[in-house]
Amino acid sequence: MKLYLRYLAIHFKSQMQYKTSFFLTLIGQFLTAFSTFLGIWVMFTRFSSVKGFTYPEVSLCYAVVLMSFSLAETFFRGFDTFPRMIGNGEFDRILVRPRSPVFQVLGAKIDFTRLGRLLQAAVIFAWAIPRSGVVWTAANVVTLCGMILAGSLVFAGLFLLYAGICFFTLDGLEVMNIFTDGGREFGRYPLSVYGDAVLRFLTFVVPLALFLYYPFLTLLGRSESLLWRICPLFALLFLIPCYAVWRIGLLHYRSTGS
Amino acid sequence: MIEVSHLHKTFRVARRNAGIGEAVRALFRREYTEIHALDDISFRIADGEMVGYIGPNGAGKSSSIKVMSGILTPDSGSCVIDGCVPWRDRRAHVANIGVVFGQRSQLWWDVPVIDSFDLIRDIYRVAEHQYHTDLDELCDLLDLGEILRTPTRQLSLGQRMRCEIAASLIHRPRIIFLDEPTIGLDAVSKLAVREFIRRINRERGTTVILTTHDMQDIEALTERIILIGRGKILLDGALDALKAKHSALRRITVRFAPGTPSPAARPLPDGITLLSADEGRAEFGVDTARLSVSAAIECLTRDIDVRDLAVTGQSTEELVVSLYEEFRI
Repeated sequence: MKLYLRYLAIHFKSQMQYKTSFFLTLIGQFLTAFSTFLGIWVMFTRFSSVKGFTYPEVSLCYAVVLMSFSLAETFFRGFDTFPRMIGNGEFDRILVRPRSPVFQVLGAKIDFTRLGRLLQAAVIFAWAIPRSGVVWTAANVVTLCGMILAGSLVFAGLFLLYAGICFFTLDGLEVMNIFTDGGREFGRYPLSVYGDAVLRFLTFVVPLALFLYYPFLTLLGRSESLLWRICPLFALLFLIPCYAVWRIGLLHYRSTGS
Repeated sequence: MIEVSHLHKTFRVARRNAGIGEAVRALFRREYTEIHALDDISFRIADGEMVGYIGPNGAGKSSSIKVMSGILTPDSGSCVIDGCVPWRDRRAHVANIGVVFGQRSQLWWDVPVIDSFDLIRDIYRVAEHQYHTDLDELCDLLDLGEILRTPTRQLSLGQRMRCEIAASLIHRPRIIFLDEPTIGLDAVSKLAVREFIRRINRERGTTVILTTHDMQDIEALTERIILIGRGKILLDGALDALKAKHSALRRITVRFAPGTPSPAARPLPDGITLLSADEGRAEFGVDTARLSVSAAIECLTRDIDVRDLAVTGQSTEELVVSLYEEFRI
């Protein structure tokens, strides 16, 4: 943990070397996320509700997915840029150090500019939480935190899976972005609006619904199911196959030329 | 102690011809060629040895280093280093080795060097007091003082390389792998780096395995060389013995008073060949297997007004070129 803080500090110092660039990117991240939020707003000026969800409710949903995603992207960015690490031999360096590769890849890239989105998510939360009509009991607060945390870990799992596949292809698979960036965009609306087939896929294959949809319904008081409330815990199971793919990939690692 | 026996590693490389049509075709059907990066490699290196690992590009040097440092898993064969199998006991093994890739940096680009060192200390869990004494010593030997507070990106190549080497010694490794440590350095930095490597080897007893294309590195540092080509070990032995065996040829340069008769003009005995002749200077090759050096000198200097005379052996550079030719690699 101490070492991770060291990594954080060194990345922070590095990024502070280029202050202007850092703040411009931060603001850029904030604004892109904001434009999506505006898009939802425009939608709601035409329709008062989408599949029975009100504007503040949808905003709350979007804030959850945005915050999860930006947390994952800030702290697990190393896996997102993993093809480059393999390509330039940086991964060789990681293997000659006596720490776990996963930990070192985590520490290899921490991108604080992604916190622009986090800020955006916080702003939307601040706006949506009092308006969403959710009764903020202790159980609901815990559920919301659990949703965000499980969400970041699911996105982290996707990044890890992506990195694991890179061992075989030695190059990034853009198709994976459907689930990462795509997941973020999907999460703008409660996932039931996309129909049953998509919802099922997002429950059992890529478990976005487990942290985003089912517990969200219990927050809104539309379901009393305890099972649905603890769904974020099940979402964590997704990490197991992701890690397995990473391990198998690691065994196949063949480095690049000198 | 490094014991490597019968290592094999084969890479499959996709090949295709140039052109868009071929590129599309390659999407569906790929042709592979197998490259034997390591083909039955065996050797043994004792503690405290300094070994030069040489061979042309693509010979398998890097692959062997990668196997020994736990990055690559070989297809077959064994490698035991101080009781560890590098790819199986990776974490225990790498705590005892240091690796310098001359062409890649391990320092964080935008922060002062000392920050990178501190982070490396934490990665290797080096005790605080040991870190401080070692760092002082390294700074002293490699003349790092001011450099430590400079961001890596502002360092010259020579300064950076000295920092790279220091960085890989922070955890006091027992074995250090140096992959082209002097590449691109100026003469002064090269000498400093070589001197330092020699000291580390002598004073700490660190085993040094050096790959390089710079023959002066080999000459200045190593007593033993291992020559690798096309994945096979072609030669393994003491550099001096190798030189003695492979260079029966001596070069004799004679300088004489201008205007006086030249030794190049006379009939030469068997075993001497004229290499070049100028006004006041002539150069001969002597095959010592057929004619001794003293006999050659005697023959070449008789009745000549000699100003200067030099006998030189084959340089290591020439030796390696002739070895490459001999083994056709």
